[in-house]
Amino acid sequence: MSTETAKMTNQEQEMVHLTINNIPLAVPKGTKIMQAAQELGIDIPHLCYHEDQRIKARCRLCSVEVVGKRRLLAACSTEVWEGMEVHTDTQIVRDTQVAILQLMLANHHKDCLSCPRNQNCDLQRLCSRFNIQHSSLPSVCKEEPRIVTNPAIVRDPSKCIRCGRCIRACKDVQGIAALTYAGRSSDIIVTTAYNKPMETTDCILCGQCSLVCPTGALVEKDDTEKVLDALQDPKKHVIVQVAPSVRVSLGDAFGMEPGAIVTGQMVTALHLLGFDKVFDTNFGADLTIMEEGTEFLDRLQHGGVLPMMTSCCPGWVSYVEKHYSDCLPHLSSTKSPMSIFGAVAKTYYPKAAGIDPKDIVTVSVMPCTAKKFEAARPEMGREGRQDVDIVLTTRELIKLIKYVGLSFGQLPETDFDSPLGTASGAGAIFGTTGGVMEAALRTVCDKLTGKTLERLDFQEARGFQGIKECTLEIGGHTLHIAIAHTLKNAEILMEQVRKGISPYDFIEVMACPGGCIGGGGQPVGTTNAVKKKRMQALYEIDRNLPVRKSHENPVLQVLYRDFLGEPGQGKAHELLHTSYNAVPKEYRF
Amino acid sequence: MQVHFLTKNFGKYDTSSIGSYMNVGGFEALRKAVTMDPEKITDLLTKVKIKGRGGAEYPLGRKWSQARAVRGERKVVICNADEGETTTFKDRELICHDPFNLIEAMIIAAYVVGASDGFIYMRAEYACYRPLLLNAIRQAKNYGFLGTNILGRGFDFDIHLYSGAGAYVCGEGTALIRSIEGKAGRPRMKPPFIKVSGVFARPTCLNNVETLSLVPHLLLDDAGVYASCGSGESIGTKLISVAGNVNRPGVFEIPFGTTVREILYDLAGGIQHDRKIQLIQFGGASGKIADASILDTPYTYEDLRAAGVMVGSGGMLVIDERTSVLDFLRMNQEFFWEESCGQCTPCREGNLHIKIILDKMAAGTATREDIAIMIKIARVMSMSSLCGLGETAQNTLMSAMKVFPDLFDIGGARA
Repeated sequence: MSTETAKMTNQEQEMVHLTINNIPLAVPKGTKIMQAAQELGIDIPHLCYHEDQRIKARCRLCSVEVVGKRRLLAACSTEVWEGMEVHTDTQIVRDTQVAILQLMLANHHKDCLSCPRNQNCDLQRLCSRFNIQHSSLPSVCKEEPRIVTNPAIVRDPSKCIRCGRCIRACKDVQGIAALTYAGRSSDIIVTTAYNKPMETTDCILCGQCSLVCPTGALVEKDDTEKVLDALQDPKKHVIVQVAPSVRVSLGDAFGMEPGAIVTGQMVTALHLLGFDKVFDTNFGADLTIMEEGTEFLDRLQHGGVLPMMTSCCPGWVSYVEKHYSDCLPHLSSTKSPMSIFGAVAKTYYPKAAGIDPKDIVTVSVMPCTAKKFEAARPEMGREGRQDVDIVLTTRELIKLIKYVGLSFGQLPETDFDSPLGTASGAGAIFGTTGGVMEAALRTVCDKLTGKTLERLDFQEARGFQGIKECTLEIGGHTLHIAIAHTLKNAEILMEQVRKGISPYDFIEVMACPGGCIGGGGQPVGTTNAVKKKRMQALYEIDRNLPVRKSHENPVLQVLYRDFLGEPGQGKAHELLHTSYNAVPKEYRF
Repeated sequence: MQVHFLTKNFGKYDTSSIGSYMNVGGFEALRKAVTMDPEKITDLLTKVKIKGRGGAEYPLGRKWSQARAVRGERKVVICNADEGETTTFKDRELICHDPFNLIEAMIIAAYVVGASDGFIYMRAEYACYRPLLLNAIRQAKNYGFLGTNILGRGFDFDIHLYSGAGAYVCGEGTALIRSIEGKAGRPRMKPPFIKVSGVFARPTCLNNVETLSLVPHLLLDDAGVYASCGSGESIGTKLISVAGNVNRPGVFEIPFGTTVREILYDLAGGIQHDRKIQLIQFGGASGKIADASILDTPYTYEDLRAAGVMVGSGGMLVIDERTSVLDFLRMNQEFFWEESCGQCTPCREGNLHIKIILDKMAAGTATREDIAIMIKIARVMSMSSLCGLGETAQNTLMSAMKVFPDLFDIGGARA
């Protein structure tokens, strides 16, 4: 049952009686034919429809017959009415569905083997369902080359079926509208303004488009070959870090329930893939909290720029650089957990492990396409080498695990390696909207009061609402905080910041809906319902960890004592902080 | 024989002067309307069975009653002057010969449905009439027929003139509205219906130029001239445009029931050089075609439908024997392939594939299977497209299959 239907049932709405394929049923008034059919276990084929998006009724694949209507009606957009008689399986319906798929196929680059979405493509799946084995129409596809202009997202217009899901994700979720339709008739394309490369437009490479694309028209840039090459190179010491949200999303691809916690199997799989060490980005997250928390306290107590805004999310950072460059001083200078980890992995770790930094390859597994861009930023490296050499999305890790043929669900559980695999619960919840704020508050409260507070859970920071805000009284300070996910919501907070009327001291933003659990690099099929399960799973991981405050992480304490010194100063500042650049308006042509 | 009911003001007044218009009885209908109960007006429109003249044939009385009943602030009346249907140019005559009547009609519509804003959406190609209409609107404003507290009746109304950018699909209601809103002119799904959520999400009543223009004349038609014309469902007079291989192409006002022969031979002067008629297309590119056997059919909604065609936009295109049916169909198909907005799959891809098959037919390489595929695609388009463009794009082709079956009988495809 969709959330829409569920909501209405709760309100005890008026029921409407209808039949679908002669089977009677009653559904709440306002239900669409597609959801009514789902109640009977009938999946009406669809491509442009997406449960988290507004209805487009554009692909027409869900056309069904309604008795008394001259034409077929779109099941996604047509509300049921009393006495309605729907048929989803008549000859004309089937003919229409097959014809529409054939029409799409004729304008589709059908070289499935070369497609990153092979075996995970909605169009392919539907063709298989309707037993379409070959194209009955001449190809009218303009087989253009893939557009590879940035480290994160690849476009392949010849795979596009013009469903418009990416456009809606970019505009309605992020409020960016970097993608749009251009042209008309069979020449209509989905593209950027003036066909400019994505990264030079308003796009911030969040990858939400690639998460909703039903085909291979928008995909992450595949770096799996690079990883395989590094793993095969005997001279290289290849280490991997895994972002907090990946351990609650990876199982989806292996038939597990959404939100399944697969940390142990994931670590085993990475070892079996051949990584020399498997570390945890959560450790980097703990470091981020130490630095960001210190920075916030400094700003708060010494009249620094407030509100301070988190800087873990590369899409969000790009957004500020492109759209609110006048507000850059508000961004925390602390690097993201991934980049902090990278800096430590290329400085402290080689020293501790006795390896030449030149021989270390750092790989990170992220729920995110924009992280590929972040890793390539010139600020994120030293001596001509990047701190993070290769970034894989969750989807690419799934590919690698399938490539080596591991039965993921049956793998034994193993622990992260030492020393950079020890993390607190605070690091774990970085993967959800509100998690960074809650993690920061656990540390900031202790520091502000000078005591070890019992309080660990900040319910105010939890949940799926677009913007959460609260006021906390801590150690004589009144803290106003706000948390936003999706850039459309962030824009609301940013307008206040720009005008100087923001009532907040500390703002957390994650670009993707739900935070990293809904990241643009997560498995296809990541819906809002799935994200909520992942969110619960992250809080469960946190709850079950012995250490739940970043500053109490014992490995981190050793690292500061032996190597970094004081948070926010000296070596710590040099390695763990960064700077931002305004992206001038010229990029908008 | 021509009549002059809707066209009776043509040439009778200076179209740049509201005073001149008032000298021929201008704004009398509005003065009368505002003394009437709006329901009385919709009853009158229902009684004389006025159907929307844009092509959809929706009863005007019902449309205005529904628009009146919709609850909502700042309702809108739109005059659809996009007239994009090929061979259709009757609305242009109404605009250039009787612009004040259109303004008056829109004010009456606003009074009846309770609208506070009016939009005239005029096709790009009629840009030369913009000054004329803008002048008419300005003068109507100066005389207090537009603005606040019109005729002391306590209702406010203003008219805004918009021009399209030349897309055929912008004649479709939702695309037209998007175009007015400054967006790309692409249709959207319904619901929400325009009457509930139209331009800028306001309740909107959308009418064709001719439909609107009839209303002032009807309100003053005490003698019942309009109702005395025609019969059955086809009451009154109709403005039609005749184009193609006739001696006197043009716009004519006919009483419903005039035969096609009378229209083509008496009014349009017959076929050039007395050539034979190859086909006649009724209602523009989205209309249907007939051969010369339709000549003695009366021009009414019912009779044309029975003969396999339709009134549609009111355009008629006569093609003589020099043009082959296939070439005509290819031209028509080329038009739809260009004008599809490209959003929905059946119309976006279907028009292209039908074009390819028609081209193959012309080249003599089409197979029996091609014809079967073409029929299937045409059917899918009409059954499942998002908007009226895709739904009606294959009307001409499908009617050609009935009228000229031999053309499609390739390798015995005709079962």
